[in-house]
Amino acid sequence: MIATTKPLRARPFSRILRIAPPNLADLIAFLLIAGGIALLMRGAIDVAQPLSQLKVAPVTLDPRYLPGYAILTTLRMFAALAASTIFTLVVATLAARSRRAEQIIVPALDILQSVPILGFLTFTVTFFLRLFPGRLLGAECAAIFAIFTSQAWNMAFSFYQSLRSVPSDLEEVTRGFGLSPMRRFLRLELPFAIPGLVWNAMMSMSGGWFFVVASEAITVGNTTLALPGIGSWLALAIQRQDAVAVAWAVGAMAILILLYDQMFFRPIVAWADRFRFEQTASAERPSSWAYDLFRRTRLLPVVLAPLLGIGRLLMAIGPKAPLQPKPAGAARDPSRVGELLWRTALAALVLGSAWLIVDYVSRTLSWAEAGRAVIDACYTLIRVVVLITLASMAWVPIGVWIGLRPRWAARLQPLAQFLAAFPANVLFPFAVLAIVRWHLSPAIGLSPLMVLGTQWYILFNVIAGASVIPTDMREAASMFGVRGWQWWRTVALPAIFPYYVTGALTASGGSWNAAIVAEAVSWGNRHLEAAGLGSYIADATAAGDYPRVALGVAVMSIFVLAFNRLVWRRLYAYGERRFRLA
Amino acid sequence: MATSTAGTSTPLVEVRGVSHKYGRAAGTAQVLQDVDLTLQTNEVVGLLGRSGSGKSTLLRSIAGLIHPSEGQVRLVHGDDGGQPSVAMVFQTFALFPWLTVLQNVELGLEAQRVPPDERRTRALAAIDLIGLDGFENAYPKELSGGMRQRVGLARAIVVNPSLLLMDEPFSALDVLTAETLRTDLLDLWLEGRMPIKSILIVTHNIEEAVLMCDRILVFSSNPGRVAAEIRVKLPQPRDRLDPAFRALVDDIYARMTVKTVGAPVPKDGLFPGLGIAMVLPRVSTNALAGLIEEVDAQPFDGKAPLAELADSLQLEVNELLPMAETLQLLRFAELTGPDIKLTPAARRYAQASVDDRKALFKQALLAHVPLAQHIRRILDERGSHDAPARRFRDELEDYMSPDYADETLRTVTHWGRYAEIFAFDEEDDRFSLDDPA
Repeated sequence: MIATTKPLRARPFSRILRIAPPNLADLIAFLLIAGGIALLMRGAIDVAQPLSQLKVAPVTLDPRYLPGYAILTTLRMFAALAASTIFTLVVATLAARSRRAEQIIVPALDILQSVPILGFLTFTVTFFLRLFPGRLLGAECAAIFAIFTSQAWNMAFSFYQSLRSVPSDLEEVTRGFGLSPMRRFLRLELPFAIPGLVWNAMMSMSGGWFFVVASEAITVGNTTLALPGIGSWLALAIQRQDAVAVAWAVGAMAILILLYDQMFFRPIVAWADRFRFEQTASAERPSSWAYDLFRRTRLLPVVLAPLLGIGRLLMAIGPKAPLQPKPAGAARDPSRVGELLWRTALAALVLGSAWLIVDYVSRTLSWAEAGRAVIDACYTLIRVVVLITLASMAWVPIGVWIGLRPRWAARLQPLAQFLAAFPANVLFPFAVLAIVRWHLSPAIGLSPLMVLGTQWYILFNVIAGASVIPTDMREAASMFGVRGWQWWRTVALPAIFPYYVTGALTASGGSWNAAIVAEAVSWGNRHLEAAGLGSYIADATAAGDYPRVALGVAVMSIFVLAFNRLVWRRLYAYGERRFRLA
Repeated sequence: MATSTAGTSTPLVEVRGVSHKYGRAAGTAQVLQDVDLTLQTNEVVGLLGRSGSGKSTLLRSIAGLIHPSEGQVRLVHGDDGGQPSVAMVFQTFALFPWLTVLQNVELGLEAQRVPPDERRTRALAAIDLIGLDGFENAYPKELSGGMRQRVGLARAIVVNPSLLLMDEPFSALDVLTAETLRTDLLDLWLEGRMPIKSILIVTHNIEEAVLMCDRILVFSSNPGRVAAEIRVKLPQPRDRLDPAFRALVDDIYARMTVKTVGAPVPKDGLFPGLGIAMVLPRVSTNALAGLIEEVDAQPFDGKAPLAELADSLQLEVNELLPMAETLQLLRFAELTGPDIKLTPAARRYAQASVDDRKALFKQALLAHVPLAQHIRRILDERGSHDAPARRFRDELEDYMSPDYADETLRTVTHWGRYAEIFAFDEEDDRFSLDDPA
């Protein structure tokens, strides 16, 4: 929005209007944009349909309809991404600007990041269906909200952290020139935060595919929803035991993810590169053919003009710069009375919610039930630990091998990211087929499904870590004849450690979430289940037993949080202190 | 003084009784104490002092970026009734990497709601004046350091400030680039081609101050105060080799170390307080050894003028003085006026082997640095011969701000490890008498 002011300025409006023969880039870009608008409108008409429409036109396993379903699924993803972005801009900015908002928002985001989102579906579906009774919109909102909850928290957290780490000298420049708060936001804070935001949005989208598949077709108690989309297609294929249809879904998903990566995120990453806060131009800059194509068009400035207009309008808000800037510090000192009121209100809120929880739980649940949930959580914990260990033992050596070979790394890194984005639950039916055919124990056979989608985070983080091991370090090691286990101990493992911890943290968080769909799977009328907290929540959801769902979600949140705090955070801090290559 | 005689001088900025503290609780760091300063029109004033003497804080108070704890900063209205304004040039350039040179320069005008056409005209004029034409559409990362600082300068003068504030504007540049930029700036100023009425410049470089300023204020540190005011009456353009110029540089060196003459342990300046309450600067033992060797060798033969030493070692005053004063603290040198003179112990040190050097250093450390003594005594007294570093940090924080306490402890750790007085385990944050061998 800001940076694109350049092409407009370089090319006066009169020159844009002058009729020039549109080039090929214009044509392609126009088709892409028009197609996008058409899709949006179609999607919007569908949403306005009454809920009964679902019964009239149920999902059918006809490959002709598959592209349409894929489009609807994608639209839900983007709707959620838009909501997450708006949420991020508002909430994170609020947290960075107001000390009081910060006290609530930051810990809340931290916890929400590690809560099992799938467990919430029960509540949100019910809520949104009541909000828009009889409308498809309610079900759509529930699905979109599920994806939103998988995306928003880490985006907001990253944005908040960026806002808090704006370089102080630039901040002084904006204060010295008396930029209005909005202008400061658009000129300094937003651009500074964009690279981190784009990266986190990408990671969020990767996670989002998993949830869109899981949330399109859902049964809560005796309400069953099947929104047209790939997720519902998959659910129907499983119900009908149609392996071919499952394969179609896998193929469609792969194409979808490739397209969204090439057409959407690559261009944005290439564009966001200009906002990277560095004083020297880096040798390798991300490139994107789609971005280059859009940039070559003559249409682009016209399309962007409204956006720029909004930017200008926003900048015009606020008073003209005074000649003497306002000093910082003085404004942030809160008044005593206000502080006291705030603290009282906060304490009342905390006590109130604590009482509500105790009251609700004591009326609906017994201690025995809580004990059962904790024991189930321990089973799941064992699975997560064992599988993350196994995945690490497999992928760390492979990742290091790839990372040390730049040509392989360049080719395989995108593949690892693709695999991380690919929703593993689309592949579950094949695993179930295998278990059923060879009569494997579900408790063991279902376990690998938990890391099916999340192990790739370990792989691509290790590749990234290994590829930045300094050449001089590797040369020194080889010159002194360091090899074998000594090489791993002194060179490779310390160098990749911070990266590995980042990957393993993401993978283990994702695995807990995946447990909800991985520990209880079906193929037609056959139902496989492995004892664990995931199947506990899944069963409770299917039965519409809200108190037990709440209990399961709470126990899982506590386990994930404790695991993060006690293990991963410490390892991360240790790695940062000891092994970070400055 | 071409400028002062050309125009009449009227007050532009009045600073009255400004003090500033960081932190709220006891043990706060007093950065500025009771500073008075009047800036006249048509003068270039330099603020000179070592790190932590509050020069930058004073600059930011005048810029309105900081509200001083006490005292007043007043911008005086000119005869034309126009509101005086200030603009600042930063050591780090502080350019927005996502804006082009032109957009960076236009930033301040945009904030003042200058119409786009006028904005463009004025920005292009400033870019032209500073010698940046041709780079209007370049991004900062495409420019060299010198060019980036030119953008910073253009961005500051385009808003027509009455006062230009410069915070060590040339210290991030290499020597040649810095010299070119200084000369260009001086030319613009002397020819009156910039719309500014006065320049206030913070620097660590004594020669730079003498080269550019009509008036130099020397700051002492802990707390920051104006220790001396020096008028530079040499005509512009000034010649670094001119004997009068050299004499003035030497004089300023002498003034910056004047407090320590005759006092065996300095009570002010770098090592305020006595006993363990002394703030120790981060000076590496390698640098100390290098300095001793340099002064011991020809042509200095044990006694060197600080100005010449700074030149030959390419050090600025904020780097050289802490080293010289550390040598004085350890009784390895005496600072007499503008000169540093090695003691016999230091001359022995210069000729000694590695192990003998360590022994000499150990002796000096235990004799003259109370904190090193203190840590060693505690370790000797304890049966386990180890002690948490936390304990000493807390003790230091009774006397100084946490930042200083941390720096002091790091320094004494480094010195103590070199002298093999004690060992330190960073992982456990503990001192001990363990010998790794």
